[in-house]
Amino acid sequence: MLNYQPMPLEEPDEILTILSRDARTSPEKIAKMLGRSVEEVKLAIAEYERLGVIKHYKTIIDWEKTGVEKVIAFIDVKVHPAREVGFDKVAERIYRYPEVQSLWLVSGGYDLRVAVEGANIREVGRFVAEKLAPIEGVMATETHFLLRKYKEDQVVFVDNEEDTRLVVTP
Amino acid sequence: MTDENSKKAPPLSKIARELAPSGIRKFFDIAAKMHDVISLGVGEPDFVTPWGIREAGIYSIEKGQTTYTSNYGLLELRQEISKHLANKYGAKYSPENEILVTVGVSEGMDLVMRAILDPGDQVLVPEPCYVSYRPCVSLAGGEPVGVATRSEDDFRVSVAQLEKKLTARTKAIILGFPSNPTGATMPRQALQEIVDFAHTHNLFIVSDEIYDRLTYEGEHTCIASLKNAMSRTITLNGFSKSYAMTGWRIGYACAPPEVLTAMMKIHSYTALCAPINAQKAALEALKHGESAVEDMISQYNQRRRLIVEGLNGIGLKCHLPSGAFYAFPSVKATGLSSEEFAERLLYEERVAVVPGTAFGEGGEGHIRCSYATSIEKIEIALSRIGQFVEKVAPEVAKQARSESKSYSAPKSAAHL
Repeated sequence: MLNYQPMPLEEPDEILTILSRDARTSPEKIAKMLGRSVEEVKLAIAEYERLGVIKHYKTIIDWEKTGVEKVIAFIDVKVHPAREVGFDKVAERIYRYPEVQSLWLVSGGYDLRVAVEGANIREVGRFVAEKLAPIEGVMATETHFLLRKYKEDQVVFVDNEEDTRLVVTP
Repeated sequence: MTDENSKKAPPLSKIARELAPSGIRKFFDIAAKMHDVISLGVGEPDFVTPWGIREAGIYSIEKGQTTYTSNYGLLELRQEISKHLANKYGAKYSPENEILVTVGVSEGMDLVMRAILDPGDQVLVPEPCYVSYRPCVSLAGGEPVGVATRSEDDFRVSVAQLEKKLTARTKAIILGFPSNPTGATMPRQALQEIVDFAHTHNLFIVSDEIYDRLTYEGEHTCIASLKNAMSRTITLNGFSKSYAMTGWRIGYACAPPEVLTAMMKIHSYTALCAPINAQKAALEALKHGESAVEDMISQYNQRRRLIVEGLNGIGLKCHLPSGAFYAFPSVKATGLSSEEFAERLLYEERVAVVPGTAFGEGGEGHIRCSYATSIEKIEIALSRIGQFVEKVAPEVAKQARSESKSYSAPKSAAHL
């Protein structure tokens, strides 16, 4: 019998914490780590997926190491909000482009922050000039090109973490 | 280089000559020379001190805080320790004269023994226990008296066991729960019985609670908070395990003013004070370290279940330890002694563990496996230990396999 209620959550379910650290952790292993049955864990994960709590499983890749050239830019966008729909309509017109990796509404001098990926600077520049800037309601943009990734989603990209402890200690 | 004409130097002290070397030393020496060793032999967190705490230490150096502090330690730190113990456990110690900041619990233990023992005084030491308890008693001129606890009691100690070793010379009991190496914790009621026993026979209780925060089942009981305990209890604790701060060397001792003043006197001559920057970092830990502690606890807890399930699946019987970060499985079924098991495992499968015998009476037949290491490494270690058991005791491995087929989540952990 399932006595496990995935929702609502008062504090983060450890299943989610574990998966957010490593999406490939198997239900069998999670079950052992949490002292629950495999069935319970599988059901909980399925429920989280159904509810959209778990959105997607992704892999963090250091593309630089593969030799694949990629350019990432963060573009701050100032928007003139439309009556009734606010920023949502403009946001929607922006995030439909496949070049757009992420899109956030932020506070401060600009309203939207767009993360765009392209093969080179020219391609990203063209996207901003020809696609993004002309959208109705977009008043100004400011483009920042990513120069180096140090850390992404809790993963540090510089290889420097070695265990310096003595091998056997009391 | 030897000088032929010089006379031989005078002999070392009797006490130094007779002091036994740590049983861990040998394994360290072997393992340190080998490559590709997965170590479950480490008695300290694998986490680095949380950044906010490290930053406070750095800031203290930047500000030029390079002086001594009060012998007692920074007042602000003692005030936070006092608040912490009162809020968490209801143990009320005055920051003025009942709390001493020490160079780790190691120094604290040494100070207590020197403060309370006269030559020949006996101290009851439930074992297996941390490696320094016996030597600290001996160095202070006392006589350690081992009290073996048993795996069938989950390595808890009872008044009946203590009573058997009680003599007219018994002066104190050392309790180290949650326990390194067994992971055992003590229920509140059992501790109250020991306090009553100490009250009846007028004994000190020296309680090493360094693993207090790493209690996974039930609540940790600070012994000093129990009825009749305060006047005879010395609480030792510190920052090493909860906050992953082993290298900073900050501990603290809490005791009634007479005991604490004596400890402070000795400390003022032998250590003077704990390093100021480390004290500043410890202060930051108490003020803002809680969420980092909770995150580490939940990760240790996940590894604990994983390693215990893994060891049982291999055929090394292991009860679920309720505290610290050690599993203490039995290797008796393999027919090897703990030393043989640990040594061969290291040479043949490159996994370092510590034989239970390094921790005193009752440790034979067990090995200590620290799970203060990443899940990836724990899994590799388990598979290597599995291969080893398969080799030295195939029938044990076979038996374990057939049992684990009908095995689901461990009963004792199912509702955690």
